[in-house]
Amino acid sequence: MTQPALSFRDVAVRAGEREILRGVDLDVPVGKIVTLAGANGAGKTTLLRAASRVIATERGAIRVAGEDVARLSRRRLAQQIAVVPQDAAISFPFRVEEVVLMGRSPHLGVFGFEAAADVEKAALAMETVGITHLADRSLLELSGGERQLVLVARAIAQAARVLLLDEPTAHLDLRHRVAVLSVVKGFVARGGSALVVSHDLTLAARQSHSVALLAAGRILASGAPADVLTPDTLREVFGVEADVLHDADGAPVVVPRSIAQPPRGDRAGNAG
Amino acid sequence: MYVRGLGGRGHLGHRPVRITLGRVAGVLALLAGFLACSVFAGLVVGPSTLAPGRVLDVLVGNDVDGPAADIVLRIRLPRVVLAVLVGAALSVSGVLFQALLRNPLADPYVLGVSGGAALGGIAMLSVGSAVGLGYEAVPPAAFAGSVATTLLLFGVAGVRGRVSATHLLLTGVVFNAFASAAIVFLASTAGLTESASIFLWLIGNLSATRIDIAGWVAAFLLLGLLCAAPMARSLNLLTLGEESAQQLGVEVERHKRLLLVATSLMVGAAVSAAGLIGFVGLIIPHLLRVVFGPDHRLLIPAAVLGGAAFLVVCDTVARTLLDGRELPVGAITALVGGPLFLWLLRRHHVRSFAP
Repeated sequence: MTQPALSFRDVAVRAGEREILRGVDLDVPVGKIVTLAGANGAGKTTLLRAASRVIATERGAIRVAGEDVARLSRRRLAQQIAVVPQDAAISFPFRVEEVVLMGRSPHLGVFGFEAAADVEKAALAMETVGITHLADRSLLELSGGERQLVLVARAIAQAARVLLLDEPTAHLDLRHRVAVLSVVKGFVARGGSALVVSHDLTLAARQSHSVALLAAGRILASGAPADVLTPDTLREVFGVEADVLHDADGAPVVVPRSIAQPPRGDRAGNAG
Repeated sequence: MYVRGLGGRGHLGHRPVRITLGRVAGVLALLAGFLACSVFAGLVVGPSTLAPGRVLDVLVGNDVDGPAADIVLRIRLPRVVLAVLVGAALSVSGVLFQALLRNPLADPYVLGVSGGAALGGIAMLSVGSAVGLGYEAVPPAAFAGSVATTLLLFGVAGVRGRVSATHLLLTGVVFNAFASAAIVFLASTAGLTESASIFLWLIGNLSATRIDIAGWVAAFLLLGLLCAAPMARSLNLLTLGEESAQQLGVEVERHKRLLLVATSLMVGAAVSAAGLIGFVGLIIPHLLRVVFGPDHRLLIPAAVLGGAAFLVVCDTVARTLLDGRELPVGAITALVGGPLFLWLLRRHHVRSFAP
């Protein structure tokens, strides 16, 4: 029962000479949203890519519902983990509905055409994300924000156990940021789990159950947002002086003030 | 505004018809009708005009040894069948290259893969006779040339695992020039008896095809299609990026290897039968995508029929445009395809040329 939906144990990833992740331990419990934050280049996207096995790990284990991701076929893995990438390559005029239907792919046979049930799931996913009106539009015509919503809908249609989102709100206006996060909330309320990479710490604090800060390839701090997001950790991880206020519910509100003196954002500085 | 129905035509993105088995069947029936018409026209039209009724008589077996039967069955039919096979092979390999490279400008001719196949074929012609290999060894050699060129393209144009479209097209242009020069060089030094027909290799045509390799061509085309068909849905996912496809359950590396084999088989077949016919793999997939959408479950079989019909029509034009003299069909396809390529290049410049 207490087994996490997704767990990282001592995960290390190397790209050539450079160690990107150096022993990450992190749990995403069932029914929870975990926000992963950290400076640019800290290895956040790498962690998501390792979990979806598009890059190899050097050591450590990543388990989804107790199963080692390295032992699952890609198809089985895609039934367990859905990824919302930062953006998609678009070369051909697929319609939004067709792209969302692609989320059903891991559940179809080789020569499969989508069944009525798949079409229904895709329609529901589009409705959940609020893009039903875009269904017939070509992906080539959409704005960056709209494309991001389509990718979220595709991941919802995939009906996996775990959702990995890589800065899903980066191109979105305020309203759509809140909308996407409420879609994720709905997903975990139905028994899913989510790991969200985000730079919006205040929104993360309000919307997620816990926050993990990644610095120099390790998790520097993780836990309840109010415990993790403090002026000290922010200086350590991002190299900024920031005020942490609290809203009426007690959730932290991060207001950056200036670059920390001396700057400590460089990786060598906070490696220890 | 858009038109609902089989065609669902109009501007990009206004194509509100989802791919179903029924729609695929409908579209393919339509294209098969086009193909049948073009084949029939190819049998009717020629230096000696035959009434459609007489051609029909021959086809249904009412006329088996008259002069019309001779012309239709022994002269025109083999040529038309060859155009069907070559057109289908070129058009489908265009579709596959475009999906593999996520670029609608990819085409075996533009990328230089056809040139590599031709070089393989010519090399076999030049040195093969010395080791006792005849013309029937040309298709496998063209296949090998095609594999080697595709690998070379990826090696040269790949930047840290990603293939840059600009590098790819430049590599293709350079390799094409190199292959043409090497073909001429090889043919001249080997003093090939068919050295006049080297010109016909360089600008593709169907008039000098050796019928003894038709079996190879058909087999290569079939094998290539058998490799490609089960990948159709995965190709849709692949066009949105390799990582994204993997994350949706596609075994991307295995698919890339299969695509390499499939495209090389088909290009090898087409080139050893007809030399360098350009742009079929560019024109047909593009038109089909505009009209029927980009879903490969429809696009691949549609490209078989569409490419076949297109080349039959082009070859019929090539045979009859100039009274008494034949044009190489490659000249016709290039005259149509060149301007289209430039137009596509301009249209896709902004989006597809980001490295």
